[in-house]
Amino acid sequence: MPESSFISIQGVSKHFGSIVAVDSVDLEIGKGEFFALLGPSGCGKTTLLRMLAGFEIPSQGEINIDGEQMSTVPPYQRPVNMVFQNYAIFPHLNVFQNIAFGLRKDRLPADELEKRVSDVLSLIKMEGFGERKPDELSGGQRQRVALARALIKKPKVLLLDEPLGALDKNLREQMQLELRQLQKIVGVTFVFVTHDQEEALTMSDRIAVMSAGKVLEVGSPEDLYEHPQTRFVADFLGTMNVFDGHIHARDGDSYIVDTRELGRISARIESQDFSKGEKMSVALRPENLQIVNSQSMTVMDGSISGVMSNTAYFGNSAQIYVELEGSDQPLVVSIQNLEGAASKAAHGNREVTIGWSKSSVLLLKDA
Amino acid sequence: MKSSTDKTSLSAMSLWRRYPALKGYALASPAILLMIVALVSPFLLLAGTSFKIETGSSDEWMLSLANYEFFFEKSHYVNTLVRSIFISTLVALVTVLLAYPAAYFIAFHVHENKMLWLIMITLPFWTSYLLRVFSWKLILGYNGFINSGLMWLDLIKQPLDFILYNTNAVILTLAHAWAAFAILPIYVSLQKIDKSLIEAAHDLGENKIYSFLRVTLPLSMPGVVAALLLVFIPTVGDYVTPKLVGGPKGLMIGNLIQSAFGRLDNWPLGAAISIISMITVTFAVCLFLLGINRVRKVLI
Ligand SMILES: Nc1ncnc2c1ncn2[C@@H]1O[C@H](COP(=O)(O)OP(=O)(O)OP(=O)(O)O)[C@@H](O)[C@H]1O
Ligand SMILES: [Mg+2]
Repeated sequence: MPESSFISIQGVSKHFGSIVAVDSVDLEIGKGEFFALLGPSGCGKTTLLRMLAGFEIPSQGEINIDGEQMSTVPPYQRPVNMVFQNYAIFPHLNVFQNIAFGLRKDRLPADELEKRVSDVLSLIKMEGFGERKPDELSGGQRQRVALARALIKKPKVLLLDEPLGALDKNLREQMQLELRQLQKIVGVTFVFVTHDQEEALTMSDRIAVMSAGKVLEVGSPEDLYEHPQTRFVADFLGTMNVFDGHIHARDGDSYIVDTRELGRISARIESQDFSKGEKMSVALRPENLQIVNSQSMTVMDGSISGVMSNTAYFGNSAQIYVELEGSDQPLVVSIQNLEGAASKAAHGNREVTIGWSKSSVLLLKDA
Repeated sequence: MKSSTDKTSLSAMSLWRRYPALKGYALASPAILLMIVALVSPFLLLAGTSFKIETGSSDEWMLSLANYEFFFEKSHYVNTLVRSIFISTLVALVTVLLAYPAAYFIAFHVHENKMLWLIMITLPFWTSYLLRVFSWKLILGYNGFINSGLMWLDLIKQPLDFILYNTNAVILTLAHAWAAFAILPIYVSLQKIDKSLIEAAHDLGENKIYSFLRVTLPLSMPGVVAALLLVFIPTVGDYVTPKLVGGPKGLMIGNLIQSAFGRLDNWPLGAAISIISMITVTFAVCLFLLGINRVRKVLI
């Protein structure tokens, strides 16, 4: 939770006819935060962002920005600016005019205007591009112009709707870093929409994971990745082995859980409370699983045997798929490629034993 | 080796591959043929006729510029040409001013059945042009709809006689007749505008009016220019509307051409007036396009 909430979204819903695009969302976003809205396609991210920008009016609920009630404020009077999903660069204006578009009302003298624009042009590393027309720019440059055009307005909040979605992988990774650095320099609150979980994890201070119009969980990337509370979030962020289970008993600092695939396993109690017999899910990250060798010294809290069926090789690591008896869902194990360990491990339909520690077993409430 | 490449390069297929322009000409050839038969040759005939002059006996002709001289000596002719350009300019402006809101409405505020609206706009065109002009006569006439309506409402004692048989009536009738030709291109250019551009303008602090002036209007200019030309060019030569609703003061160049070919039976003179009118229109259009370019450069 941020100390002071800068953007406050309270009980906001948006209906389009019978479609509920956003369903009673509560969010508090702090000043200067890099906040991501993450979720699969159609979950209502854009709609929520457009309500912050003022393009959609909430069917229910209130939005406050910096202590000001926003419901009746039109988009052109809100202290927010938006970078559109398709950038929405004005095709009839050149780069300079696009960036200067929002400064008309300031009535700056020509040299002052020139200076302001060239300042942001150097901020986005596009000095000397002022005369270019939008159709003479690359995708990444267009994205930067959209960013500059919004930032020159010195907004309190910058809204970004999948700004990197149209870029290829390398450029996207570079722009992720640049965007993050830029946000640190200008100190503006960023609300960033993405459906790319890796992008959200890399860039954000905090993430709200959305599904079907609802915000399921809010937290830092570490929180959400390492301690997800719901099965959806556990599954959506990174790769996860999730199994149905139910609580057998509580044993000191652990729960004993019965699962069909892994048998009876124990898991360290974190914060949740489960009652005996409660149906829930058990989750294990691939990187928390290990192949147990006969000569291995580490003591595992749990283990299971299976047959290696497939390997996905990533260079620096590999994912091994292990078929478990009585289950059609393979167990995914990730191993680091230390001195070619991954390529060596990946041979044949060997039988292997996979082990884990009980603190890495995640217990998830069934939503 | 060599002979085989020679052989393939001779076949039509590989000719087309090597010179893609050939394929283009082949595709365009029916249209080009039609243009030559139906446009270029009549034009050459017309131009040729305009340099002819009758000498005493009826089957003897000679080449001269006399028809052109005759035209420019008669101030009545020159004035009519100037008035035609003036009227058509006004018609084009009025039509576009009337058409823009209609096109805007269909493009931005009609969400279902856009096609139905567009068809409804072309509905008047399903009747003959002549009928439409006549119905304007009924509306604007001395005992017409407007006059009898106003009299019935006791707003006037005598029928107004300034609403028919003058330039205003010509402009009104032509603007109505050509409305669809203005609405359609403007609609297309508005429809093409990405709605997020208008939202971006709002987002950058511009209210509806300024967003319209700075984004929507400039982006719809191609449609506006097309509409202005589509209305201006054909209306300069119109002679039915001025004849029926224009009265003596509403005559246009088309009426002069018609009477030269008809009543006066002086084809060379008619041809010369046609050529002069054509050149004037071309000149006016070029001037207009140059002006638009200039304005665009200054604004952008
Ligand atoms: N103007 C609208 N009219 C009707 N339904 C809409 C409208 N805008 C959005 N929706 C619906 O609301 C839901 C949420 O849409 P939204 O655009 O917010 O999704 P999103 O999370 O941004 O998806 P994506 O990642 O694909 O951009 C979708 O089911 C969509 O069909
Ligand atoms: Mg979206």
